[in-house]
Parts: sequence; C-alpha cells; structure tokens
Amino acid sequence: MSHETINLTLKIWRQPNAEVEGRFEEYKLEGVSTHASFLEMLDILNDELIEEGKEPVAFDHDCREGICGMCGMMINGQAHGPDNETTTCQLHMRRFQHNDKITIEPWRATAFPVIKDLVVDRSAFDRIITAGGYVSVNTGNAPDANTIPIPRKDQQKAMDAASCIGCGACVAACKNASAMLFTSAKVSQLALLPHGKSERGERVLKMVAKMDEEKFGSCTNTGECEAACPAGISLDNIARMNREYLKATLCSTES
Amino acid sequence: MAIAEPSISNILDSKIPDGPIEDKWDKCKFDLKLVNPSNKRKFNIIVVGTGLAGGAAAATLGELGYNVKSFCIQDSPRRAHSIAAQGGINAAKNYPNDGDSIWRLFYDTVKGGDFRSREANVYRLAQVANNIIDQCTAQGVPFAREYGGYLMNRSFGGAQVSRTFYCRGQTGQQLLLGAYQSLMRQVSAGKVNIYSRREMLDVIIIDGKARGIITRNLVTGEFETHIADAVVLATGGYGNAWYLSTNGNGSNVTAAWRCHKKGAFFANPCFTQIHPTCIPRSGDYQSKLTLMSESLRNDGRVWVPKRKDDNRPAKDIPDNERDYYLERRYPSFGNLAPRDIASRAAKLECDKGHGVNDTGQAVYLDFRDAIARDGEDVVRSKYGNLFHMYKKITGDDPYHVPMQIYPAVHYTMGGLWVDYHLQTTIPGLYALGEANFSDHGANRLGASALMQGLADGYFVIPYTIGDHLARHSFEKITEDHDACREALENAKGRVNKIMSIGGNRTPNQFHKELGGILWDYVGMERTKAGLETAIEKVQGLRSEFWEDLKIVGKNEELNQVLEKAGRVADYMEFAELIATDALNREESCGGHFRSEHQTADNEAMRHDDEFAYVAAWEFNGVGEKPSLHKEQLEFKNVPLATRSYK
Ligand SMILES: Cc1cc2nc3c(=O)[nH]c(=O)nc-3n(C[C@H](O)[C@H](O)[C@H](O)COP(=O)(O)OP(=O)(O)OC[C@H]3O[C@@H](n4cnc5c(N)ncnc54)[C@H](O)[C@@H]3O)c2cc1C
Ligand code: SF4
Ligand code: FES
Repeated sequence: MSHETINLTLKIWRQPNAEVEGRFEEYKLEGVSTHASFLEMLDILNDELIEEGKEPVAFDHDCREGICGMCGMMINGQAHGPDNETTTCQLHMRRFQHNDKITIEPWRATAFPVIKDLVVDRSAFDRIITAGGYVSVNTGNAPDANTIPIPRKDQQKAMDAASCIGCGACVAACKNASAMLFTSAKVSQLALLPHGKSERGERVLKMVAKMDEEKFGSCTNTGECEAACPAGISLDNIARMNREYLKATLCSTES
Repeated sequence: MAIAEPSISNILDSKIPDGPIEDKWDKCKFDLKLVNPSNKRKFNIIVVGTGLAGGAAAATLGELGYNVKSFCIQDSPRRAHSIAAQGGINAAKNYPNDGDSIWRLFYDTVKGGDFRSREANVYRLAQVANNIIDQCTAQGVPFAREYGGYLMNRSFGGAQVSRTFYCRGQTGQQLLLGAYQSLMRQVSAGKVNIYSRREMLDVIIIDGKARGIITRNLVTGEFETHIADAVVLATGGYGNAWYLSTNGNGSNVTAAWRCHKKGAFFANPCFTQIHPTCIPRSGDYQSKLTLMSESLRNDGRVWVPKRKDDNRPAKDIPDNERDYYLERRYPSFGNLAPRDIASRAAKLECDKGHGVNDTGQAVYLDFRDAIARDGEDVVRSKYGNLFHMYKKITGDDPYHVPMQIYPAVHYTMGGLWVDYHLQTTIPGLYALGEANFSDHGANRLGASALMQGLADGYFVIPYTIGDHLARHSFEKITEDHDACREALENAKGRVNKIMSIGGNRTPNQFHKELGGILWDYVGMERTKAGLETAIEKVQGLRSEFWEDLKIVGKNEELNQVLEKAGRVADYMEFAELIATDALNREESCGGHFRSEHQTADNEAMRHDDEFAYVAAWEFNGVGEKPSLHKEQLEFKNVPLATRSYK
C-alpha cells in the first residue's frame, strides 16, 4: 500500500492577469490524503496560502464530477493529468507518490488567453457553436418524438460524439492547438441524426470557418487530442467532419 | 432567545384558473394578454441562469422576438449545474404501453411530493412533459433507443411505470446542450446576448416592478447595471448551504436571497431532498459528495448486515445474514421506494449500528444478482459510466464488490414563492426551475427536476411573461435612476464590507462550519430542540463571520475568495430561515422529518388539518422575525391520503 498521506512539491504557474507575464512558483504541501481529489489537494494548498495572507491559486471548476468541462490544467505536461479518460477534478491523489514533484500549468493556446493563474478564456468554443452547432428548430415546432425512428447504432454514435464536455484539453494537448476534435464532435453528432441532416452542409462550413477565424491551429493527425480527451471522443469524428466538409464544398461549388 | 413567533396573513394570490384541472392551462393561456409580434422586439428581458430552466427560457424568448440578456456565473452557459444530472427525464408518453397517462404522472408527482405541492401546477407539468421530449429530440438530443429505432424508457423511484427517458448516465448534459445550442442559435440571430462570468448581486425595483439587476463582472470586479422590462430568475437550488452536497460548487442562494430581501417571498425553505445513493464522505478535505444515479436502484439491491458491527467483507456475508431492508419494509416498491423514504431508512439502519465501512455511515448497493442474471456486459451498457465514476473516486470496482452509499443533500424543493404564472411576489420578477418552489411539494421524484426546468423554460414562461408586458406600461429608465443607484450602492457596499473585515478565518472554513450545523440539526431528522439550537448557533456563527472573516486580494480582479465569501454571507442569513421554517412545520412530510411526528414504525406523520399549506416567508430584516404567509393547498383531484409504498 502507498502512504495514506503524502508530501508534495508543487510547481505552479502564477499569472495575475492577461497583461502581465507569468512565472512558476514552488510550494510544499504536506500530509495530503491519497483519497483526496486533485482539486481538493489544491483547495488545501489554497486554504494554507490564504491563512498566510497570500493569494490562492485561481482555477476553474464547478461540478467536480467530470461532466461540466469547467476544470482543466496541464499536470506534468499532460492535459488533465496522467489518467485515461479522466478530468482534472476526477483525478485522485492515490495516483501520486510520496515526495512527488508536480508541475501545474494552464491550457496553452493562442485561442485560449490566460485570465489568471490556471484560468483561461475558452469563449472561442461558444463562438464555434454559435456559428452553426445547432438544429434550427423553434420551441413548439417539433412532431412526436417517435415519428422518425433512429437506428440504434446511429443514436449510439451520435451519443458518443455528443459526450464532449467542451473542456479544451484537445486543444491544449495538440502542438498546433487545433480545435478539430471539439468541432468535429458536434458536427458528427448532428450529421448522424435525421433532425440535423438538412443543415449539415452549411453547418460544417460555418463551424470550420469560425474555428480558423478564432486562431485555432490546423490538424496534422498526431492524435494527441484523442489521447487527452476525458470524454473518449474518437478521431473518427475528425474523419467524419472531413468527409462532411468535402461534400459540402463540392455541393456549394456546384450550385 | 429570538425564535420566530411568526405573524400570519393570507395575502397570496396564486392565480390558479377556475375550471376542471385538465382545462386550467388552456384557460390561462386564453386569458393571458398577448404582445403583438412586432412589438416583442421593443421589450428587453433579463434571464439570470443558463441551466435547463434559464437556457430554455432565454432561447425561447429570443425565438419569440424579445431582446434577451442571459447571465451565468460559469465561463459558458453550457456549464450550468443542470449538466450534471444523470438519470433521466419523465414524460407520460406511455410508449412502453404499461398504463401511463398524464393523469398518472400528475398523481404520482402529487403523491410523491407528500401532498405539499400545488395540484394545478403539477397537472400542467404533466401535460407539457410530452412536448419536452419531442422538442429535445428535434434539437438532436440522442435519447436511448430500442433496436427498432424507437425511444426507450427506464424506471425511477416512486413510480410503477417506466416513463423515464435518458441519455446513458448523462441526461442532464444532453438536455442542457440542446438548450444551450438553441440559445447560441439566438445569439447568432442577434436576439440574445450572453454575459458569462457574471454574478447577480441585486434586483432593481421601480414602481413596484422588477426592472433590472446589478451584476459583478467576476473577471474585472466591475459592478454593472442592467435595465430591462422583466427579470427571470433561473438560478438553481441552494443545497450548498449544507456545505457538502451533490451540487456543483457554483450553485448558491445569492440571487434568490437578494430578491427575497427586496420583497420576494421565500416558500418552504426547509423542504430539502437528501438523496439516498451518494458516495459516502471520506475525509475532512472533502469538497463535494458525488451522486450515484437513482437509476442504479433498478438493478442494485440495498442491504446491510443483519448482525451489528459485522465487519466481514460483503462477499463473505451469506444471504440469510443480509437485511435487504427496503425490500422488507416496502415490498411493492422495494429498492425503488422514493428518495425521502430510502434515505431515512438508510439512516435508521446506520443509527441502529448496521452501517458498513469504517465510519458506520454507509450501506451496500449490490449488483451481484443483476450481474449473475444479465451478465456483466448488460450491466455495463446500462451503468458503465457510473461504475467507472465510482471506481475513480473510491478506488473500488463495483463489478466485484458492492458499492457503498449514504444519503447526501441533493435538491431543494423550497424556493421563491411563485404564482401559476411563475411570477414571484415582486411583479415582473419570475422564478423558474429549482429556484422556485411550486411543483415538488415536500419531496421530488427522480427525473422530474429536468422535466420541470424545461417545462418552465420552454412552455410556461414564454406565455405568461407576455401578460405582464402587455398589461403594464414601462417608463424609460437609465442607470442614473435613483433605484438603480441604490441597488448598485447596495451591492458595492456589501462587497466593501466583506473586504474590510480583516479577520482570521477563510470563507471556506465558515462555510464548512455552517454546513455542519445544518446537517446536524436541519438534516434528515429534525427536532424542536435541535432546530432552536441551530438558530442560536447560526446567529452566533454569523456574528463571528462579520468579525473574523479573512479575504486576500482585491475586488478589481478575478477573486474566487471574495466570490465565495459573498455566497457564504448569504447562506449565513438564509440558514436561519431554513431552520425557522422547519421549526414552524410541526409535522413530518417528505424530506422534512420531525422526530416528534412519526408513526410506531418510523413513518412520517403529516398533519393535514394544520399544515396543508405553503409557508411563504416575508423578509423583515436580518435577525428579525420573518412574517409567515400561508397559501392553503387544496386537493380536489388527488385526495389527501397517507402515502404508502408498502
Ligand atoms: C448530481 C445531480 C444529478 C441530478 N440528476 C437528475 C436527474 O437525473 N433527473 C432530474 O430530473 N433531475 C436531476 N437533478 C436535479 C436537476 O439537475 C436540477 O434540479 C436542475 O438541473 C436545475 O436546473 P435549473 O435550470 O433550475 O438550475 P441550474 O442548472 O442549477 O442553473 C443555475 C444557473 O444559474 C446561474 N446562477 C446562479 N446564481 C447566479 C447569480 N447570482 N448570478 C448569475 N447567475 C447565477 C448559474 O450560473 C447557472 O447558469 C440532479 C441534480 C444533481 C446535483
Ligand atoms: S473533444 Fe474531448 S478534450 Fe476536446 S473539448 Fe471535447 S471533451 Fe474536451
Ligand atoms: S469540475 Fe466539472 S468537469 Fe471538472
């Protein structure tokens, strides 16, 4: 058995706001229970910092159960840390050893400017969805839900894609800071479902254009995004989006 | 000691339309004044909150042509706490052909709420539920389907039919993303503007009507004045008052409480749902409790060892030495007994010394039999993500050892008092979703909060708000208006006061202590003496808070300590109201269990002659006795009866 409690050295990125340069600072933390979550470990650090009259480390979080997509940081160079399909908030300290040194940084991408310490601005994702990541159906328009049967395998694939939590780890893990995995997950979900089909061409063109405009990098198929993704979003979605895009460009040049 | 001896009046008008219950909503819609389509663009509406209720409302109001400003605390509207809902959403589609109907959904919800909700609202909820499923499907919500491609249902507690629609264990996520996408479509159409990382700190009231809000920009610390013709509050529940709950960290009572202080009555604050299946706490550093969806009780069996302090591993305890106490006590509902009942039963077993794990504060939820019957793969396909989550948090694998669970604060049935139009006692201020009180009485059934949030947002407020706008004239106002300035100064003043204390204890430490008081005295079991103690302790802690709070940093920046302190400051006031309400309600019903009022076999004892009313509290000042206003409840369609799940 590993220690019930462990001591850690934390090297954390501190940056007061977007205008100022940031730098690493080191902190010692003792007696952390291995049952605590990673964010609870940071809570303990922050309570100690506040008691000493120092500014606590700012980080985003809300649900703390891996679904809201609000948390996210680079832990020893890995987006969301070492565990597969695990968000930062679900990572637990039993994954670390006594006397480990842990480096913690914010997501790094031009499209995600740092707001403070580990908090970044991911509103570019909202703007990609605004560009077309929806079905144009007004409230009250819908026919009975069973009117159109949906083959179970399509529903399952759509559900797989729809599981994206919008955390941005795919961008942070990618050397080009590409948002292909995120964008393709939404494009795929809606292309797989009958209700999303009528707008599919226009949707993919607009979302991809927005993605480029927001200064996300291009995709060079390294697959780092998939490896970092806590929601198990697969690279198949990128392939599907590329096909959708190709089809849409062909159609739009034809007309 | 200042225990509230409430003053009582009957000034509430719930605006329930006349006529048979089936026709009330149609009648109401017909009687509502309409805003001419081309006039809608002249009205500005503020919607605070982007969860299911707020997201749905803002999107739909935008579609109708109103100008909408939408606010949330998180960095994106998609992260509202609704995202975390797991199990599903109810509707009476009767696709499984098992005898469901609008009437049955209505009946189950009124009974499940232990006869403390308003019949007319619940009926409307059951009526529009089917439209929600249609709407969400059309938005691209990938609900579970049978092989033939048709929609699939599962069962939830408190019902004997299968009426819950779901998306794996991520139903809230999918429904919220559907609403969020509709919302962003309205952003792209120019009808909605999003203000994220904003916290509402006050409401602006002019000529008795809600006309705007004050927010703090959480990144810059700037205080902002937003003016509108109506304000919709969809700010969620206040379960975090107990510190440890299943709610996201950002959930809070601040927006609702500040409106309460400006005149909106708060109804039934003591009605709190303690959910039976949560992962037990493991240590003092713990920041939240994680829910294991109620859907697990479809296949999991709840038990404790028959022998006290039996510390053999679960698998070594033979069947005849296990007490499947829910199946024993409630043979017809068994493991699917409603939440309040299942939670109290777990507490009772643990109090008697049958609890498991080091703390004795846990019971087993066992899938052994389901795995033997259906195979691991079938169990995985239904609950895979929940098992995965459980393992990540506890390190144990539920395919091989039973889960350990214990009740935790989960949902708040209480909230701002609203009439049938969802309007609070402040004209032009509406409350939707978990932030209001109306549909769940003293206990909410599983899968019905998502239903209510979306019903309120998609199908109720878009009609009822028009009536207010069409009936009144709205003077043009600017930020210089005295009422705007007053609200702004009020919000700033509170922040300055918090910043200036210079004490020694962090907001988190205070919050933990407050939560401890509420859990001990205003938790699963309440007594007169305990509630009196709670009120005294809360008052004491509140004074300490204002003398000994420590904040670092400044207002003019992202300052999470300051944000937290503001919310804790409001809980310090609000907690007293929770206890006051619990003290006033001398009966047991749903999630509110007063030990003095129970039957010989520990079931809740309601007192309908005295307490079949909604307790709506009016604020009279911090530490002052609030006034009690009663809305008498009538049960004409579901006759009052002792709730039995035996
Ligand atoms: C873990 C979990 C699982 C659940 N599972 C289910 C389920 O399976 N089925 C079911 O029916 N129900 C379930 N529930 C309950 C249900 O999820 C909630 O009751 C419901 O989603 C609440 O929706 P809402 O729109 O009212 O509020 P929320 O989703 O809580 O949204 C509140 C919004 O208000 C904003 N806000 C709050 N305060 C302020 C402020 N001061 N200023 C600005 N913005 C503010 C927030 O940013 C957020 O956008 C579950 C709840 C939890 C905790
Ligand atoms: S694709 Fe995965 S990593 Fe990228 S935003 Fe979605 S969940 Fe996060
Ligand atoms: S805090 Fe919600 S995903 Fe981590």
